[in-house]
Amino acid sequence: MKTEALSKEELLLAFEEKINSEQKIEPLDWMPDEYRNHLIRQISQHAHSEVIGMQPEGNWITRAPSLRSKKILLAKIQDEGGHGLYLYSAAETLGVSRDQYIQWLHEGKAKYASVFNYPALNWADMGAIGWLVDGAAITNQVSLQRTSYGPYSRAMVRICKEESFHQRQGYEIMWKMMEGTKDQQQMAQDALNRWWWPALMMFGPHDGDSPHTSNAMKWKIKRETNDILREKFINKTIPQAELIGLKVPDTQIELLSDGSYKHSDINWDEFWQVVNGNGPCNAQRLAHHIQVHNEGAWVRESANLSGNLE
Amino acid sequence: MENKLKYYLQIADNALILSHRLSEYCSRAPFLEEDLANTNVALDLIGLAESVYEEYAKIENKGNCGDDIAYRRKETEFYNVTLVEQPNHDFAHIMVRQFFTDAFHYNFFFELCKSKDHFLAALAKKSIKEVTYHLRRSSEWMIRLGKGTEEASQRTQKAIDHLWKYTPEFFIENCTDIEMNQNGMGVDLQIVQANWKQKISEIFYMSQFNIPSTDFLIKGGKEGLHSENLGYILCEMQFLPNKYPDAKW
Amino acid sequence: MNNKDTQGELWEVFIQSKPGQSFKHAGAIHAFDREMAIENARDTYTRRGEGSGLWVVKSKDIVAVTPNEEGYFFDPSNDKVYRHPTFYEMPEGVKNM
Repeated sequence: MKTEALSKEELLLAFEEKINSEQKIEPLDWMPDEYRNHLIRQISQHAHSEVIGMQPEGNWITRAPSLRSKKILLAKIQDEGGHGLYLYSAAETLGVSRDQYIQWLHEGKAKYASVFNYPALNWADMGAIGWLVDGAAITNQVSLQRTSYGPYSRAMVRICKEESFHQRQGYEIMWKMMEGTKDQQQMAQDALNRWWWPALMMFGPHDGDSPHTSNAMKWKIKRETNDILREKFINKTIPQAELIGLKVPDTQIELLSDGSYKHSDINWDEFWQVVNGNGPCNAQRLAHHIQVHNEGAWVRESANLSGNLE
Repeated sequence: MENKLKYYLQIADNALILSHRLSEYCSRAPFLEEDLANTNVALDLIGLAESVYEEYAKIENKGNCGDDIAYRRKETEFYNVTLVEQPNHDFAHIMVRQFFTDAFHYNFFFELCKSKDHFLAALAKKSIKEVTYHLRRSSEWMIRLGKGTEEASQRTQKAIDHLWKYTPEFFIENCTDIEMNQNGMGVDLQIVQANWKQKISEIFYMSQFNIPSTDFLIKGGKEGLHSENLGYILCEMQFLPNKYPDAKW
Repeated sequence: MNNKDTQGELWEVFIQSKPGQSFKHAGAIHAFDREMAIENARDTYTRRGEGSGLWVVKSKDIVAVTPNEEGYFFDPSNDKVYRHPTFYEMPEGVKNM
C-alpha cells in the first residue's frame, strides 16, 4: 500500500492539495484527525438538530387548523426526520455508529441547534419556524453543499432540494394570518417577536468568538463565516416581513444605501445561557428524546433478534 | 341519499381519527426510520379522509368545505369505529391496531372497487394501492414481533387480547351498510369479514399469536356512540376553528 | 452500551429514477431485516416519487476500492483509449453512430 510509504507530512500535503483544488474528501481517504473530529462534531450536531427540531412543530400537528395544513406540517416534520437520517448516515461514514451519536446526545456531550429550545406557543409559530428557522438553516445549508467532505456535501445537496418548500410554507402561514382576523395578526406578530432573535442566533457567535471557525474554513468544511451568512439572512428577511405587514422586533433597523440593514446586536448572554442548557425547553427536548429512545428499546432488541434469524 | 352520506363519513372518519393517533406518535417511534414510515401512513390516511370530506361537502351542497366537515362536527356526528380512537399505549398496541385496520381497509376497498358510485369506486382504486403497502408493513411487523424477544411477543399478545373486542364493529351491518350494499354502491361486509379473518389467521399462524376466544364486543362508534377518547381527540383537533370561528387558515 | 439495543444494521440504498436507467447510490438507512430495509429505503429516499426501482445491500457487504489503491487499480485503463468511442475517426456527415 502506498499509504505506508508516505510520511504524515506528505499525506497532509496531499490532503490539503486536494482541498485546495476543490476535490471532495471521501470516507476512505486519509484525513487529519482534527478534520475527522470536526466533521464528527458538526455533522452529528446537524443530524441531532433535525431530529430534535421535529418536536416544537410536532407539538402542533394534532391542532393544525385545516387538513391541508396538517398534511403539510406532517410532511415537513417527516422531511426533518429524513434529513436527520441522511446526516446520521453521512456522519457514520466517519467510523462512528448512530448508537454512539445518540448516546453522546443523551449524555450532553453532543449539542443540537439551540433554537429548538424555544417553545412553539401558537399556530403562527409554525409559520415563523418555517420562514425564519428553516430560512436561516437553508442559508447555511446552501453554502454547505460545497463542503469538502463528500458524504456531507451529497447529503446537503439532497436536503437543500427538499427543503425549498419548507420556508415557503412557513411564509404562507404568516401571510394568510396577516390577511386574517385581528387575533390572527396578533398571533403572527407575536410569533415573529419570539422567533426573530433565536433565528439570528442560529448562525452562531461572531466570527471572532467562534472557536471552530478557522480550521473549518481552511479545510473548506464551512464555506462562509457566521457573520456573513447572518447578514445575508437579515437582508433578505426584513423586506419579506415588511411586505406582509410584520415588524421585526428591533428598534435599530435602518436601511442603508447599499441595500443592507443596520440592526442591533444579539443578546449574547441569552445565547450562551441557552447553548449551555438553560433555555426554556432544553430539559424538555432532551427528556423527550431519551424517553422515546428508552421506550423503544424493547422493539429494537426484538427486531434485532428476529433480524438475526434471517 | 342520507345513507350514502353517512357511508362516506364512516369511511372518512376511520381514516381521520386513526391518522390523528398516528400524528400523535410523530417523533416518538423506536427509531428514526420507523418514525418516517409511521408518518407516511398518517399522511395517506389524512389524504383519504380529505378527499371524502370534500366530496361529501359537494353532495351535501350547504356551502361547507371539506374542512368544515372534519372540524365543525360534534362527537356524536362522528361514525368511526371505536378501535381507531384507542390510545397509543405502546408500539405493540399501535401496530396491532394498525394491522387490524389495514386488513379491514384492504379487504373493504378491494370490494369497494366494484361500487356503482363513481366516487367510491375511484377512491377505492386509489386507496387500495396505499393500503396494500400499509398492510404489508403491519403484517411484517406482526411476524417480526412474534419471532422476536419474549417481551415483544408478550406485549403484542396483550395488545391483541385488549383490542380484539373492538374488531367485530368493522363488520356489524347497520342500516347504512345494508342499504348501500343492496343498491350496489357499498360492499358486502360478510365477505370483507371472511377475508379479514383469513388474513388475520394467516399472519397469526406465522407469528404464533393466538386469536382471543372471547365473544364480547364493543360497538357504537358507527352510530356516534364512542369511547371517552374521541372527546379529547376532537377537543384538540378542533381547537383553533372552535376558538376562532371566523378565521381562515 | 447494551449490545442487544442497536439501531439495526446499515444498508446502502440505490435508486433507479426511471425504468431503463442505471441504479444510483442515494444514501443509507438502518434496518433490522431485508423487508424492513427495502421499506425504510422507500419511505426515506423516494418520498417525492424519485424511484422506479430500488436496491438495498448491507453496507458491510460492499467491497470498495480504497482511494489509496486507486492509482494501480484504475490507471491501467487510462491508456486503453480504444474503449472510448471518441478514439475512432469518422467520416464527416455520418449519423446515428
